[in-house]
Amino acid sequence: MEYTGSQILIETLKREGVDLLFGYPGGVIIDLFDEIANHPELRPIIVRHEQGAVHAADGYSRASGKVGVCLVTSGPGATNTVTGIATAYCDSIPLVVLTGQVPTNLIGNDAFQEVDIVGITRPCTKHNFLIKDIRKLAETVRQAFYLARSGRPGPVLVDLPKDVLVGKAEFVWPEEIHMRSYNPTYKPNLNQLRRSVEELDVAKRPLILAGGGVITSNAAAELTEFAETAKIPVTYSLMGMGSFPSTSPLSLGMVGMHGTYAANLAINSTDLLICVGARFDDRVTGKLSAFAPRARVVHIDIDPTSIRKNVKVDVPVVGDCKMAMQGILEIVRSRHADRDWGHDHAAWLDTVQDWKVSKPLAYSQDKDGPIKPQSVVEALRELTRGDAIIVTDVGQHQMWTAQFYSFTEPRTLLTSGGLGTMGFGLPAAIGAQMALPDKMVIAIVGDGSVQMNIQELMTAVVNKLPVKIVILNNQYLGMVRQWQELFYNRHYCGTSMEGQPDFVKLAEAYGAEGYRIEKFAELNTELEKALATPEPAIIDVRVEREENVYPMVPAGAALDEMLLV
Amino acid sequence: MDTKRHVLSVLVENEPGVLSRVAGLFSGRGFNIDSLNVAPALEDGVSHMTITTYGDPAIIEQIMKQLHKIVTVIKVTEFEDIPAVEREMMLIKVQADGPLRGEILRTVEIFRCKVVDVSPNEMTIEATGNHEKLEAIVSLLRSFGIKELVRTGSLAMRRSKKND
Ligand SMILES: Cc1ncc(C[n+]2csc(CCOP(=O)(O)OP(=O)(O)O)c2C)c(N)n1
Ligand SMILES: [Mg+2]
Repeated sequence: MEYTGSQILIETLKREGVDLLFGYPGGVIIDLFDEIANHPELRPIIVRHEQGAVHAADGYSRASGKVGVCLVTSGPGATNTVTGIATAYCDSIPLVVLTGQVPTNLIGNDAFQEVDIVGITRPCTKHNFLIKDIRKLAETVRQAFYLARSGRPGPVLVDLPKDVLVGKAEFVWPEEIHMRSYNPTYKPNLNQLRRSVEELDVAKRPLILAGGGVITSNAAAELTEFAETAKIPVTYSLMGMGSFPSTSPLSLGMVGMHGTYAANLAINSTDLLICVGARFDDRVTGKLSAFAPRARVVHIDIDPTSIRKNVKVDVPVVGDCKMAMQGILEIVRSRHADRDWGHDHAAWLDTVQDWKVSKPLAYSQDKDGPIKPQSVVEALRELTRGDAIIVTDVGQHQMWTAQFYSFTEPRTLLTSGGLGTMGFGLPAAIGAQMALPDKMVIAIVGDGSVQMNIQELMTAVVNKLPVKIVILNNQYLGMVRQWQELFYNRHYCGTSMEGQPDFVKLAEAYGAEGYRIEKFAELNTELEKALATPEPAIIDVRVEREENVYPMVPAGAALDEMLLV
Repeated sequence: MDTKRHVLSVLVENEPGVLSRVAGLFSGRGFNIDSLNVAPALEDGVSHMTITTYGDPAIIEQIMKQLHKIVTVIKVTEFEDIPAVEREMMLIKVQADGPLRGEILRTVEIFRCKVVDVSPNEMTIEATGNHEKLEAIVSLLRSFGIKELVRTGSLAMRRSKKND
């Protein structure tokens, strides 16, 4: 029997385990929407802007570990996805983005709503496809899912010309996907694992740096066990937050530009840096030539290009972080069953503990003064007891969230780490809430960032998603203002956000609830009230306008050249 | 660091975007591309690229890894430590008036090049050889006046193992 391209695509999506897709209709995919209506088990979530669709699919994926799926039309629908795709690409998030395309016979003719989206997204997708033959449809879409979720995950785009969607063909389901040119390495080389442990044998001041790869490969438990077994202090990148409980005595907090004093000094002093699933972003390393100057480096990553890209590595380990952690643990246990690691690392553990105690993350809240943004994050942590999915936008509020929420579980902080995309927060929170309907989902956002995708509030309201949007409202593009204050002579050019809507009325206009908090004395009670509502809500918290994020390593400086409070 | 010329041989699936993926990798990451040659390989649906590039060992390592990461790249070989035959073809049009013609022809002889087109005051020469040989020919012919030059970029192939 023959099926239309739309039917084949939908059957393929179902077999890939897709039950919802984030999308927006248009001319060339109207046939597909027409068909979707016949399949109630495949639920389209209609956003208000295609960028929102991609961020929502991204948030869905980050929260659940599953592949997020988007469906948009050709031309402007497709170009609107680019920022979302690049965001997912930078953070290795598995997405399949389906774009409509003009019919194949019009491709190259500057047809109405034609754009070469495959060309445009080539550098920001893991891979992409233009399907020209309906007989390749099922197989190609299946390859797209396979590529998105395997190896180092990432977004894959599939461009679907209208004639492919309306054409007819047999449905052929490829049971196995094999691509001879694509064979990611999962199993680490045993010798390299042994060499890693040999490095640990002789190290006096070992340190683990955990990145997003630990979360991607679901290796948090193994990493934690390894650190606790061998008594190794742990720091993490922004993407690695939640891979190790920040409440553990071994946790040093986040490293890098806004990392803790203890973490940055530990990097400076360690003689063995074990980097697990992090790629040494410049926001982590600071000045490269001064990064971990005393350390031998073990680098575990599934992507060989991450290794030796910028930091000199002594023991490269290519493979899946979880398998590598398991392998290393096994070797450590069999070789050192009786070793008292706590005793052997005592001096080092004392040193890092001193750093933690002497210069913890700090701020001062005057009870009668303006609300400090850090107080809001701490209050949210208390009220939720850490049992929530926290999503952020980009800026100071993102850093305060990372510093003060005290993450203990993987997939509880969803944030745009690599691309730093303002406007990520609200749509990603929507996606996370779709993935985990029973969880409390809180977007901690900036007054600038939230305006970049505010239209998605409508998506939350229509779909009855009780997301809570907490605006740390400093009426500034605060992070940029901070740089202007510190390095540009307080020349606040272009960073005022005093021109902003009344967020409470705005929430109400969309059919959500709106709250405003202006006094520290009311912070807890008002937040508690707002979090309790079953409706989506905006909570506009007026905070100290010129609070800064500290510590701060100025761009291009070494990690031990931190500006402290 | 020692920046050297490297010859990379890249086997790719012949899908429509593959050249752009490879070229985009070099431009997007600021790697040098000195020459790039693409043509169908022996096997149907597979193309062969020969890329010559400059860089220190760390850059060449990164280029090779990045090439490998492209989903449709099947194999990447670098001919640094592997004995290989390298050939490139070039056409050169030189100024060739009366008395100089004899001297040009002698140069052509020495390098075993061919004259493929002649006019009263120009000569077009076809030359084949490795990179160094072609560079030598160009520098010798320069004194006569080169009017036009086209090169294919290098091709390279691993040498057969000698059974001794
Ligand atoms: C799409 C986008 N445009 C510009 C920037 C540059 N940028 C980084 S942080 C920031 C300020 C964000 O302001 P806000 O959302 O109010 O957060 P705050 O820093 O005040 O907490 C800007 C403009 C960015 N990261 N993303
Ligand atoms: Mg702000």
